[in-house]
Amino acid sequence: MTDLELQKNAIKVRQGIIEGVHAAKSGHPGGSLSAADVLTYLYFEEMNIDPKNPMKPDRDRLVLSKGHAAPALYSALANRGYFPVEDLSTLRHVGSYLQGHPSYGHIPGVDAASGSLGQGISVAVGMALSGKLTKESYRVYTILGDGELQEGQVWEAAMFAGSKKLDNLVVIVDNNGLQIDGPVDEVDSPYPITDKFKAFKFHVIEVADGNDMSLLRKAFDEAREVKGQPTAIVMKTVKGKGVSFMENQVGWHGKAPNDEQYEAAMAELKKAEEA
Amino acid sequence: MSEVKKIATRESYGNALVELAKEHDNLYVLDADLAAATKTGIFKAAYPDRHIDCGIQEADMVGIAAGMATTGKVPFCSSFAMFAAGRAYEQVRNSVAYPHLNVKIGATHAGISVGEDGATHQCLEDLSLMRTIPGMVVINPADDIEAKAAVKAAYEYDGPVYLRFGRLAVPVINDNADYKFEIGKGLVLREGTDVSIIATGLEVNFALEAAEMLAKDGINAEVVNIHTIKPIDRELILKTAEKTGLVVTVEEHSIYGGLGSAVAEVLSEEMPTVVKRIGVNDTFGESGPAVELLHKYKLDGEGVYQQIREFLNQE
Repeated sequence: MTDLELQKNAIKVRQGIIEGVHAAKSGHPGGSLSAADVLTYLYFEEMNIDPKNPMKPDRDRLVLSKGHAAPALYSALANRGYFPVEDLSTLRHVGSYLQGHPSYGHIPGVDAASGSLGQGISVAVGMALSGKLTKESYRVYTILGDGELQEGQVWEAAMFAGSKKLDNLVVIVDNNGLQIDGPVDEVDSPYPITDKFKAFKFHVIEVADGNDMSLLRKAFDEAREVKGQPTAIVMKTVKGKGVSFMENQVGWHGKAPNDEQYEAAMAELKKAEEA
Repeated sequence: MSEVKKIATRESYGNALVELAKEHDNLYVLDADLAAATKTGIFKAAYPDRHIDCGIQEADMVGIAAGMATTGKVPFCSSFAMFAAGRAYEQVRNSVAYPHLNVKIGATHAGISVGEDGATHQCLEDLSLMRTIPGMVVINPADDIEAKAAVKAAYEYDGPVYLRFGRLAVPVINDNADYKFEIGKGLVLREGTDVSIIATGLEVNFALEAAEMLAKDGINAEVVNIHTIKPIDRELILKTAEKTGLVVTVEEHSIYGGLGSAVAEVLSEEMPTVVKRIGVNDTFGESGPAVELLHKYKLDGEGVYQQIREFLNQE
């Protein structure tokens, strides 16, 4: 798929995010929009998956450790054909299979329950270790928030992955710079992120713009070549990316748009789609 | 009576894993730098390729086990009860139990019989913590035979299981030919009519000792072994309570949230019965030899006997 085609799909993924969060009247649009491009790239280009056979044993796995970006994951999966896009508007509703944070066993394509920050990376490490133990071909991807790096468990998992040389593991940091209480470097600075992962024996790839498909492609291609150590892709992103009034606004971390804001966001995304 | 054979159930755990691994390629054992103490060192020696030492990081170990389980492996996570159920509680809840993954938690060094290490390492809350997690099976075996059977049953069961083991060598009491272990099924070890002593784990043996002492006073106690705290054997609890009308529970655990609570829940809903809970009474443990601690906290045969006598005098 070309970069342009991937971009078009990412816009569709963004539309699904806004649709879901608006219908739910709650949820996390900011961190979903910052991760929309990387999720699109992974599901439409990078990963060995089959939407018709979500549990195929040799599939690549993805654990959304920053589980509050569930609207982005669900939208990517729906747009990739795992389940109907229309179902996105049932997000967070009683009886819907689309839980507020990813649950396992009920949502086609979701490889792990996540959302309690710091836990998803360990589950991903377990999958990667398992693949090494019995020489499976699959790769494992996990997406973390930059605020999530404040959780101690992240570094337990990173130490283990580096120590065990899990080169089938790619840890992606969505560095959008903002968390609920404010800028990450003011709340409890995770910086320098790159040096930390290097110290934990990761091959680190910095991506200057994690909302740019061509840069994501370069990064994931490089990660595939890495042997003998896990990879961390630290990508700078814009929180709320693609909906101008949500961009870089901490207030849009965990708030749903009202009807008026919904219309404005969808109009902007429609325009981007047609451009 | 000949010399009673004594084995710590943590030892039974290590031995049972080696036995099971012979038949099952998908069984793996995870440790957090305590393989020597949890006795999974026995497994490590026999199956080094299927033993993963995660280092001192219990939260990560539980998450790793969850990830492995999604790929069809059956991981047994080993640590002290304090760290497996305590420190990693939320990982057990969210990474393992919520997705109902096939992970087994082998928690050794439960209760005050840890001994000299003292209160920080003496977990008295694990049954309570694990019992409230939906879909979790919680087993607290009484001796070597039961512990080995429990490990096998846990492997065969598809879903999360919490297994509680002890550090102290305990007598083998289930060495009868017709012994049968079934998850969720308690066992009547001694028939009686005056009072029911419902015990779990290493307290089962002390309950039997107490029953002998009570017999000398002319009190005919029934002793029930509840090895599975969840799902609890409602039927057997109701049956014994109906028979004797007085129930005592005995566990090496806080009197809050464990066996005593589980039994009281069943009886208060279905057959209101006075229940005396014997356990650790809302206090932390302390350092000392295990046998002396069990005596001090009135959790050895004599202590259990005394507490039951006091209870019966009040009733």
